[in-house]
Amino acid sequence: MNEFLAMGGYAWYVWGSYGVTFALLALEVFFLTKRIRRAKASEATP
Amino acid sequence: MSAQSIKWFWFASPQTFFPLAGTLARWCGAAAALLAAAGLYIGFFVAPTDAQQGEAYRVIFIHVPAAWMSMLLYAVMAFWAALGLAFNTRLSAMMASALAPTGALFTFIALWTGSLWGKPTWGTYWVWDARLTSELILLFLYLGFMALQAAIDDPRRADRAGALLAIVGVVNIPIIYYSVKWWNTLHQGSSVSLKSAPTMAATMFTGMIVMALAFWLYSIAVTLLRVRCIIRERA
Repeated sequence: MNEFLAMGGYAWYVWGSYGVTFALLALEVFFLTKRIRRAKASEATP
Repeated sequence: MSAQSIKWFWFASPQTFFPLAGTLARWCGAAAALLAAAGLYIGFFVAPTDAQQGEAYRVIFIHVPAAWMSMLLYAVMAFWAALGLAFNTRLSAMMASALAPTGALFTFIALWTGSLWGKPTWGTYWVWDARLTSELILLFLYLGFMALQAAIDDPRRADRAGALLAIVGVVNIPIIYYSVKWWNTLHQGSSVSLKSAPTMAATMFTGMIVMALAFWLYSIAVTLLRVRCIIRERA
């Protein structure tokens, strides 16, 4: 397991890439969900 | 006029497109999650360690698909923008606006992962190489498109101004694509082409394609959800 996480000494480069990518995709979904909720709310109360 | 083209016009109306987009987004989102799980499994557990780069090469499974998406989404965005400008269809312009944030995101991811891949393989996070510079310009084009649209209050005028910027910016796409051929770049040429077999191990190639499909479906899902949101906001 530790060997897997170490990525042959390239842990920062590999996990830095994957971590930032999936964090950004999650953030996009989070902000989009918020925007949808806001749009729905303002539609309900014109 | 055939039944097929009538159907297209039918779905070109925001009201009829709205429920269809919701259903499509759900299916594409679920498929994207499954494909990403499969792609990550192949990328980390099936694909072998690279003989030259060791484990560092595993960045490829997000770097290359993200770079493809960044260019593809821009082309699709410009296509919808041009359609909206030519035919004055509301939904086309909304599609262009909905694509921009996701395109910008994948452009940033391509630059970020490329930078983290460049350090161990080239010895630097960044060089002003033709490929890297043109990809950075692509990010500015996306951001410029979004900023321009946000700065204009009237949505119809914002659509037209944004469309012009998007269309002019298309010139950058072939520049990015051919940069590694036209100039001497530090960035390597493509390992995958339509004309010849990929110059990489089959499992590496499979992992990359599966991740690319996951990013495709993710982009479709997010764009459709965002276009629904824009339809609501402009209603």
